[in-house]
Amino acid sequence: MTMSLGRRAVGVPPARPITAGREAGEMVAEGVCAWFGKRLVLEDVTLTMARNEVTALIGPSGCGKSTFLRILNRMHETIDGAQLAGTVSLNGTDIYGLEQRAVEVRRHIGMVFQRPNPFPAMTIAQNVLSGLRFNRLRVANPDEVVEEALVKAGLWNEVRNRLKALGGDLSGGQQQRLCIARALALRPSVLLMDEPCSALDPTSTRRIEQTIGDISHEVTVVIVTHNMQQAQRVSDRCAFFLAGEDEPGRVVEEGPTEQMFGNPDDPRTRDYVNGQFG
Amino acid sequence: MTTTSVNSTPGQHRFHLGQGPAHRRMRPREFGPTDIVLAGLTLLAAICTAWIVFDQLTLLSGMLGFVVVTAAVFLLYYYVLNRQLLGRRAASDRLMGAVATLAMAAIMTPLVLMVGFLFERGAHLLSWHVLTTTQQGVPLVCVPHQHCAQAGVFHAIVGTAEQVGFAMLLGVPAGILTAVYLNEVGGRLAHWVRVIVTAMSGLPAIVAGIFIYSIWVLKFHFSGFAGSLALAILLLPTVTRGTEEVLKIVPGDLREASAALGAPQWRTVWSVVLPTARSGILTAVMLGIAVTIGETAPLLFTVFGSTTTNWNLFGGPQASLPFLIWEMVKLASKSTIDLAYTAALVLFLLVFVVFLSGRILGSPWLGSAVRSLANRRSARRRVALEEVADR
Ligand SMILES: Nc1ncnc2c1ncn2[C@@H]1O[C@H](COP(=O)(O)OP(=O)(O)OP(=O)(O)O)[C@@H](O)[C@H]1O
Ligand SMILES: [Mg+2]
Repeated sequence: MTMSLGRRAVGVPPARPITAGREAGEMVAEGVCAWFGKRLVLEDVTLTMARNEVTALIGPSGCGKSTFLRILNRMHETIDGAQLAGTVSLNGTDIYGLEQRAVEVRRHIGMVFQRPNPFPAMTIAQNVLSGLRFNRLRVANPDEVVEEALVKAGLWNEVRNRLKALGGDLSGGQQQRLCIARALALRPSVLLMDEPCSALDPTSTRRIEQTIGDISHEVTVVIVTHNMQQAQRVSDRCAFFLAGEDEPGRVVEEGPTEQMFGNPDDPRTRDYVNGQFG
Repeated sequence: MTTTSVNSTPGQHRFHLGQGPAHRRMRPREFGPTDIVLAGLTLLAAICTAWIVFDQLTLLSGMLGFVVVTAAVFLLYYYVLNRQLLGRRAASDRLMGAVATLAMAAIMTPLVLMVGFLFERGAHLLSWHVLTTTQQGVPLVCVPHQHCAQAGVFHAIVGTAEQVGFAMLLGVPAGILTAVYLNEVGGRLAHWVRVIVTAMSGLPAIVAGIFIYSIWVLKFHFSGFAGSLALAILLLPTVTRGTEEVLKIVPGDLREASAALGAPQWRTVWSVVLPTARSGILTAVMLGIAVTIGETAPLLFTVFGSTTTNWNLFGGPQASLPFLIWEMVKLASKSTIDLAYTAALVLFLLVFVVFLSGRILGSPWLGSAVRSLANRRSARRRVALEEVADR
């Protein structure tokens, strides 16, 4: 759990409480670098994830997409020896500001992982409410929250009659949607998704893509995907990450999805999105 | 081999009453009634063969040798038979199954014999009287041809329950917290703590007793509490190591998921890690209790023993079941040895009850019952809060 303050940009703006949920937020990353131990894995990434837009991060394996995503909600610093530089702000507030608490930041910036990870000792309903419970947020009507989140995640119809079943009793695709519901129940401003469909069948993938479309009006979505069609289908903007041999990952090109897929500036982007890479 | 085969010949499956095509159901590798009969007959054949070889041809004797020869012959017959009937692959599967079962039987036999022995020696002495009276006023040695009052073990049950109960109160939370420190918090000191805990688990029980004797009993005299302290020293490493092992297998994914929802680390441990590892932790605790409840050595220098009921854990000598067994066996008269066996049986039953309640506590059924109760209660509290807010 080390974070080198020395490497952080100086001149941190005074901390303000992050303006809380209910509406999508705008994330801006500027000059973000990341290290694991002495190894620089991500260099100078500057990216704006606009409000209400779905941003897709694409690029070959190992180029630092997950690392970048984890920097956006301060999960990077939970790894031993991980360090970072640069600034990341949500609605203009530096999330790495000295007075920001990491746990508070994570509440506003939800995350869905590559592998579904519902809490096995909790029921479906408890899983959905877990974020609220962890943050000691009391709600007047928990049942409503559960229903709303599950409807948003496109899981309600399948589980409405067994909300008391354990989270682990669902199929993989259902578990992933439960994880999305769990993240949505906290009403985050931003939702980060790290290859959320990589373990799922086409039908579940469709459902989740639909979900992303449905929720993008109230939460800014950042999604990592290896599936070019998926990136095309769900995203408004795309960022292409690339790491050379023994070189850190960088953003080669970013822009509106149509342009990235239709008429990219960089030949490497064209090769990659057309599947002619390497 | 197909896993299911459709068979819709009319009349062939008279028992199939449901709609749809009738399937011949099968479970691959199932050990069915025919297998049981086959195994039984093979065992019979093996016993006969062993008898002929062992008793008739070689004139050897001895129970153990007979059992070993029977087992070997059984395995041989069983393999050959299954090979003829089911083929090589199934036969080796059955053979390994039989070897594993025999190994289990070899381990279980002494255990079952021991428990049986305990029941044989103690069960007829067990009575309401024994469970509810003490040794007070009962002479240790019965003069022959004189009526002799029967002693009870109530005082020892009280002592053991209090001492072990309090030791749990001290040792279980400390052990679980230590495991949480080792596995969840970590840091430079963790390595040394782990070394010390491991060393503690190798500590001879009597040393724990002597240690408490020198730091506590010398100043504050004998008491059940001193015994609890000594037992807690023994309980701690067992609970810690056991809990640490189960915490290790809680997937890191869950901790990440919890952190990503904005949970502080203590929250993650309390609401995610510990509940996920619950049944494993319970096993660790049960093991710890099993280790401590039968310990005599740490009590030798701490509780002192007593023939009367002392309810006060903190004042004066107290009896204890293992301690009573040790003392009574040492006296070596018929009546005291009888009492020792009774006490041993009571101790065994006590452990059994503790384990049973542990299993019930740890069962998912009770877990969910408690959970829904808690939910209902918090819902009620919420409603109450809202009513207050409304006014
Ligand atoms: N915990 C870690 N410790 C050390 N190095 C790491 C760690 N996690 C990732 N890395 C390194 O950081 C680099 C970027 O990894 P990252 O997981 O961000 O890649 P990615 O783009 O998400 O790849 P993928 O598409 O395969 O998920 C890789 O070279 C990887 O080896
Ligand atoms: Mg990744």
